[in-house]
Amino acid sequence: MTDPIIKFDKVVKRFGDLTVLDELDFEVKRGEKVSIIGPSGSGKSTVLRILMTLEGIQDGMVTVDGEPLWHQQGTNGLEPASEAHLRKMRGRLGMVFQQFNLFPHMTVLRNITEAPVKVLGMSKKDARVRAEELLERVGLADQASKYPHQLSGGQQQRVGIARALAMRPDILLFDEPTSALDPELVGEVLTVIGQLAEEHDLTMLLVTHEMRFAREVSDRVCFFDQGRIREQGAPEDLFTAPTEERTREFLKAVLN
Amino acid sequence: MLFGFEWDLSSPLAFAISIMPILLTGMLVTIQAAVLGFAVALVLGLVWAVLKSAPIRLIAWPATVITEFIRDTPLLVQLFFLYYVLPEYGIILPAFMTGALALGIQYSAYTAEVYRAGLQAVPADQHEAARALNLSTARTFTHIVVPQAIPRIVPAMGNYLVSIMKDVPVLSVVTVLEMLNVAKIVGDRTFDYLIPLSLVGGLYLIMTLVASAGVRLLDDWLPKQGIPLK
Repeated sequence: MTDPIIKFDKVVKRFGDLTVLDELDFEVKRGEKVSIIGPSGSGKSTVLRILMTLEGIQDGMVTVDGEPLWHQQGTNGLEPASEAHLRKMRGRLGMVFQQFNLFPHMTVLRNITEAPVKVLGMSKKDARVRAEELLERVGLADQASKYPHQLSGGQQQRVGIARALAMRPDILLFDEPTSALDPELVGEVLTVIGQLAEEHDLTMLLVTHEMRFAREVSDRVCFFDQGRIREQGAPEDLFTAPTEERTREFLKAVLN
Repeated sequence: MLFGFEWDLSSPLAFAISIMPILLTGMLVTIQAAVLGFAVALVLGLVWAVLKSAPIRLIAWPATVITEFIRDTPLLVQLFFLYYVLPEYGIILPAFMTGALALGIQYSAYTAEVYRAGLQAVPADQHEAARALNLSTARTFTHIVVPQAIPRIVPAMGNYLVSIMKDVPVLSVVTVLEMLNVAKIVGDRTFDYLIPLSLVGGLYLIMTLVASAGVRLLDDWLPKQGIPLK
């Protein structure tokens, strides 16, 4: 139980000449709720995208649940991961996107059941029952037959959360889940995420600009700056008594 | 007399009415050639599009060269090639088939681009969402990408259908009895070209307007978000 469920070991990620992650070391314990804050371009989202296998890495090692994510055991030691390995690993993670990324041509119900049926091999009936439970949980029980464009942004994002949960991930990644929402719709999404944070087993990684919310729900807050963790700690400590000058500057800028 | 229909030269109107069944027979051939050619273009174009986007360069590169070659040479040259060269190698097709095939091949180079653009226009977001849900590549293509690409593809394809109709008269040079060829024969025999050719123009206008309207209806009917999957 003390082993981290997520471990970044000197991970380097570059886009061309731009170094996004600079030998990043980062660990998350099972069931831990971690918020990642920091200026844009600091590599926050990249951490999530690497975990979701949407972006590869140039150097270092990412481990999920003790297994290398971007590598696999070959005949001569570790090799770059095959698609089959990535598929296996991906099953442990789920992601909620900034722009929701719902499938616009599918009903809400189909958005949620598509992957459980086709990937997990659930029966359509079971998947439907499960989807209805999840919709109930995110407060959208009566919206199952609607299409995404018929919903508000907040409702769409809650569908996005239900869709990710339907795959029963151990780790749920939230990539700025409220940044694309009108201010009055942010609350309903945060409420749902807050309820999820009560779940003991679920590991959550949340990239966010909602500082108050990060403070409420997280066990730990990490301040990212220039591809590294500049400072991290319990929310009360980091928000009330940051030790680093950069953290203080950032918090001062965003909290005003 | 042509196709068993006599013409009546007593007055221009009587002449026009009497040759109408003859022209309509030709129009039927025109429509058949256009539809068959379009079907070939739709299927072959998709094949090109898939080959061109193949990750293996040994596949993608020849497909690119071939489609570029098709696009940059005249339809008439390709038609002559199929009509006169293939029989030398024992492949003998009826003139109509050769013509429809030539149209289909020529237009496949254009439809390939329409497919490619339509497929690429589906946002990367959608691919990422599908990947995060662990959907297979094939499933993502057939159930996420294609249903969203179709509404983007249909309008451009409709334009090529109209365009292909207007290219059918080229087939007259290899003896296909499509509408223009039939009108020309009527003119040759009656020494009156004005009426048959004017009628061909009018019938063409009706055909293309109907086809355009059909495409527009289809376009309006297709939901912009993609083909709905319940």
